[in-house]
Amino acid sequence: MYPNEVELQWSVLIVLYPFLTGLVAGAFILASLERVFQVQAVKPTYRLALLTALAFLLVAPLPLQLHLGHPERSFEMYLTPHGSSAMAMFGFVYLWYLLAVLVLEIWLDYRYDIVVLSQTTTGWRRLLYRILTLGSTNISPRALHIDERAGWLITVIGIPSAFLLHGYVGFIFGSVKANPWWSSPLMPVVFLFSAMVSGIAVVMLLYMLLTTMRREPIDMCCVDTVAKYLFYTFIIDFSLEMLDLIHRIYEADESFRSLDFMVHTKLYFSHIVVQILLGTVTPIILLAITQVAKLNDLVRKRIYAVAGCLTLVGIFAMRWNVVIGGQLFSKSFLGYTTYKMGFVTREGLLMAIMLTILPFIFLWILVKLLPPWPEKTLFAKAASAP
Amino acid sequence: MTMTRRQLLILLPAAAVAWDSILASTPEASPNYNMAEHWWAMLIDITKCIGCGSCVRACQLENHVPDGYYRTWVERYHIQDWEMEYPKVDSPEGGKNGFPAAKEAGGKNFFVPKLCNHCADSPCTQVCPVGATFISPDGVVLIDQKYCLGCRYCVQACPYGCRFINPQTKTANKCTLCYHRITKGLTTACCEVCPTGARQLANLKNPNDPIHEFLRTHSVQVLKPQMATHSKCFYYGLDGSVR
Repeated sequence: MYPNEVELQWSVLIVLYPFLTGLVAGAFILASLERVFQVQAVKPTYRLALLTALAFLLVAPLPLQLHLGHPERSFEMYLTPHGSSAMAMFGFVYLWYLLAVLVLEIWLDYRYDIVVLSQTTTGWRRLLYRILTLGSTNISPRALHIDERAGWLITVIGIPSAFLLHGYVGFIFGSVKANPWWSSPLMPVVFLFSAMVSGIAVVMLLYMLLTTMRREPIDMCCVDTVAKYLFYTFIIDFSLEMLDLIHRIYEADESFRSLDFMVHTKLYFSHIVVQILLGTVTPIILLAITQVAKLNDLVRKRIYAVAGCLTLVGIFAMRWNVVIGGQLFSKSFLGYTTYKMGFVTREGLLMAIMLTILPFIFLWILVKLLPPWPEKTLFAKAASAP
Repeated sequence: MTMTRRQLLILLPAAAVAWDSILASTPEASPNYNMAEHWWAMLIDITKCIGCGSCVRACQLENHVPDGYYRTWVERYHIQDWEMEYPKVDSPEGGKNGFPAAKEAGGKNFFVPKLCNHCADSPCTQVCPVGATFISPDGVVLIDQKYCLGCRYCVQACPYGCRFINPQTKTANKCTLCYHRITKGLTTACCEVCPTGARQLANLKNPNDPIHEFLRTHSVQVLKPQMATHSKCFYYGLDGSVR
């Protein structure tokens, strides 16, 4: 080891950051299936996917802030961004995605509901909804049609933005030429597809969980379609990861011996066991079974639940192996270090757990304020009224 | 000689300034320093390094480097025979206190002093999100300590492991080539104390600098040339096993 390499620079919080942004990008892309590609079967998950993306996006910068040596200076990235730095664009990509895409799309989609709720509720909720209308209370058919067209346009812009958000995170790692574990042009693409996989899985799980909690029947046509997209995306993601792996093994450059030893020792459990076997191969096999075998609803639901959970575990392990694995070996390819994670520290396990739970609290608040359930959509109710 | 109270009052502030200057060990600023006339580099003669660690100690004292972190360090390589791809390397405490006797018999042992390579195309400068790391007009990679976010991207980007996060300032830190000294006409602390002259500060823009003669007449190499960072740390006698 070079003597300054003993201490790891990027902790579990930096593992969490690409995991959270991946869920955002994936959830949004799932939502766009209904809006842009007219996949009607996934409509029940549309609003939930958008709210999920927002809840996770709100938390995404927190691990970065906690990790910085001087978080009070982070605003400098907006004031004096360094043009050649991949990281300098974070603030702009984040703000663009948050404000220009996600918040705007959610607002346009919920505008009818917000206006109606601002007139039918009382107390602080009424005040809140009135603020959320932003003074725009016109819900005439023509105004709603304009909302619809504008929302469609934003989703169209949002798809490349979602790709940018997470592809860019992959580029931050993939462009570090000093680190052979990271340096790969495939990294942004792998990050992107793994993001889609994790985002689709989390929305599928949340939809099944929340619908069960509401004692409503799960729309199996919807879940089957979402699971089908999860399966296809997973196949592409796994193929890309295997392509990267095979390329490294076959090329066997100067770093190979060092990295190979690391994968077979320090990363064996998290990479081979958790990421590849448990978190990738197993859910792909489970999802493949649902595609070829005729199974009843209950069995399919259970398989989707298990596959979804394993998928999230696998994608988190992938982030872990990229971020932590990339720092366990020396850039001299001579020697290894160990990651010692604290518990009650600024970048410790407890903080990581809290930051993982926080998006779900945000989502709960968002779901309470802006119910995403199709049958409760005020616009749908109004449309179906005699 | 007797001194009046008036004379003492005049003399005391002057003495205080002089004493402060002695304590700080900082010579007068060089009024004639012109950045445009310099392009700093370092020449390291591996055949002369004896691994005494004086450079590491001098650097830590001069630059207040915290224990366990290194702006410069010395590695000892041991290569048994032809297996130069698998050298045995040690650097106890960065070689600060020298090295214990080599355990392996036979083969060859040599010392490699390391420091920031002050690359002309430095990856650390490229990745800094706010431009806190920059290349000065005289070719030294420096860090604005009042601007650095402590994001650690530069530490990841350095192929040579030269950067660390100072636990006191929580900002990136590394060799500055003793910029506070070289701009005042002095050499770096490590070069100053090297007993064998294994380290030589060089100004590539000065046609009379002895480095030009040395580079013309000797085979020199930089670390990890495949990284294409245009390193300005030139090594004489560098073995192919050194990474």
